Amino acid sequence: MPPDSSRPEPPRPGGGHSRTLLRVAGRRAAADGVVSLTLEHPDGRRLPDWAPGAHIDLILPGGMTRQYSLCGDRWDAYTYRVAVLREPGGRGGSAYIHDELRQGDLVAVGGPRNNFPLTPSERYLFIAGGIGITPLLPMVHQAELLGADWKLLYGGRTRDSMAFADQLRVHGDRVTLVPQDESGLPDLPSWLDEPRPRTKVYACGPGPLLEAVEARCAHWPPGLLRTERFVPKVESAPVRDEAFEVRLARHGASVTVTPGVSVLEAVRAAGVNVLSSCEEGTCGTCETGVLEGRPDQRDSILDDDERGAGDCMFICVSRSCGPKLVLDL
Amino acid sequence: MNLSATSPGHDDLPSSDVDPFGHEVLEDPHPFHAELRESGPVVRLTGYDVYAMGRHEQVHAALTDWQNFESGAGVGLSNFRREKPWRPPSLLLEADPPRHDAPRAVLARILGPRALRRLRDAWFADAAALTEQVLRTGEFDAVTSLAEAFPLRVFPDAVGIPEDGRENLLPYGDHLFNAFGPPNDLVRQGNPRIAELSAWVDARCRPGMLDDDGFGAHIWRAAARGDITEAQAPLVVRSLLSAGVDTTVHGLAAVLHAFATHPEQWRRLRRDPSLARVAFDEAVRLESPVQTFFRTAVTDVPIGGTVVEEGSKVLLFLGAANRDPRRWEHPDTFDLARDPSGHVGFGMGIHQCVGQHVARLESEALLTALAERVERIEIAGPVVRHHNNTLRAWRSLPVRVHPA
Repeated sequence: MPPDSSRPEPPRPGGGHSRTLLRVAGRRAAADGVVSLTLEHPDGRRLPDWAPGAHIDLILPGGMTRQYSLCGDRWDAYTYRVAVLREPGGRGGSAYIHDELRQGDLVAVGGPRNNFPLTPSERYLFIAGGIGITPLLPMVHQAELLGADWKLLYGGRTRDSMAFADQLRVHGDRVTLVPQDESGLPDLPSWLDEPRPRTKVYACGPGPLLEAVEARCAHWPPGLLRTERFVPKVESAPVRDEAFEVRLARHGASVTVTPGVSVLEAVRAAGVNVLSSCEEGTCGTCETGVLEGRPDQRDSILDDDERGAGDCMFICVSRSCGPKLVLDL
Repeated sequence: MNLSATSPGHDDLPSSDVDPFGHEVLEDPHPFHAELRESGPVVRLTGYDVYAMGRHEQVHAALTDWQNFESGAGVGLSNFRREKPWRPPSLLLEADPPRHDAPRAVLARILGPRALRRLRDAWFADAAALTEQVLRTGEFDAVTSLAEAFPLRVFPDAVGIPEDGRENLLPYGDHLFNAFGPPNDLVRQGNPRIAELSAWVDARCRPGMLDDDGFGAHIWRAAARGDITEAQAPLVVRSLLSAGVDTTVHGLAAVLHAFATHPEQWRRLRRDPSLARVAFDEAVRLESPVQTFFRTAVTDVPIGGTVVEEGSKVLLFLGAANRDPRRWEHPDTFDLARDPSGHVGFGMGIHQCVGQHVARLESEALLTALAERVERIEIAGPVVRHHNNTLRAWRSLPVRVHPA
């Protein structure tokens, strides 16, 4: 075959556009006001790998993007689990998930991405407030696997509102449950005022809890306290579920990216080869410079600052916030 | 080649008594790879009592499936469950989650595409200077003068190790990749020097030895932040020095050989230098500098109509998968019109080569510099393969270049 002839690509195992749409495989009440969802690929494929502390974005109708920590089992490559607290004062994301999202529905997903990785230590103190237990659950599992010495201090409004408290019971006195209506607020001074040698503190929960933890740990050596805040993110620009235009600056061509087709596929269909490898936003091979427009980043690579810069994107999974993107291609 | 239809204990499992680490296969692995792929999705290698996979579908799946195919028992023939490794296991290559997570996360950030942008201009300038230098001679060995010279010029500096003793890097890497195979003549040849080479490499992994702004210093900074432990830091630096040199050298030799033997593809690159990135991945697909890695079954894994028993070693032929006609059209052709995406030359999944962006940047710099200045590359003498148990490697690639 002459090298210049064009030809259809052979089918790729696993390649495809529907990768970031996952199906709600199950939902159940995890506690008062908390629903836990299991998500799977509609074709039964493996999902991208993750590690404790990772979250995914759920992209809900109307462009609402919400981040939820993965709290399932990473040894199960086919299912993600998230737990969602209904926030009565919220802006509609959690209400939608509680009231509208049903088993069998498809939902667009970004990530996973990890801003809260578990780092090695001989001892861990995990501190959870309410739904902040979710990223800590897989951390507890891994601390156990690694044979680390760990304790969990878990506070919530009432015993019934504390998700996964039942499954934590198997760990006996490593876990201290502090329902506020029975025992008041967790006694942070007794846990934190004396720095514990070679102990890392991982804390997740509402702002006031984390501020209290940070204040108590102020005199600890640096690097031992790691926190993740459960606060509403600044509202992201609407995430399009309509088509958008991608202009390839160097080729001088434009392509339209329709829903259900990735930017990578659209660019390839226009005859422009872009290297890729994992096609799930984890390896970074298809990094592409963004010259104009705002990418809707759905990869597992960039951290929050880098995402904010918006000067590059991974076109196997990421899309556009607006009607037009200009790429350095 | 003795491929019998069945293997004892497995009704339909094909087997082979070929030695994939024998010199005949190392010189030209393709006939054996073809037999392997055609025999079935899983083949028993009777000489080593291990399973083998050569088709893209199964190799890709097994590489991705860390849950069932672990790396922690070693990615060579030796089973760390029973045998003591010759050096402390790599925290990247020879570790599984959760122990693999933190070292991988640290290194992925330091070697990520965004972090490498600061090196780009300097590496392109270095590649231009090296190209000017070889052009003055006209005829030279592309292995020593380009494929080895360029990585050795830019990579140790990027890691931040001192100048002295850098000639140890290649023999160290060569032995390391031999040691993934059986203890054959190739390993025996390397054994006498390995204590000395290991000691030299290990000494370079300490903070006092490392330049302030290199990858190595960044690894130690991650340890100071607590992202990895102080005990892990030198082993993570060691991973750079182990896996970052020979692999790139042979990848570059592969792409240079491909261009020297496919002049029409060279013309094509010269017309469109942006194809440099595709060219390197296409060469990595075609030649697969890393030919094989082992995994160990964590449980009984049903695959391809058989069951790979818990604890057994599985030899994954990346090179065979990258030329599987089930996945690639005209797989033996070097073709810049092809999209090589999805090749497993860098592995796949959580262990996928963490330095792949470094290798791509090195090759992009070198190919861009050559494409600008060289009209034609041609083979000027007999090419000689270098045998290694894991690497598809080169000893000599005499070329003649015609300046543009």
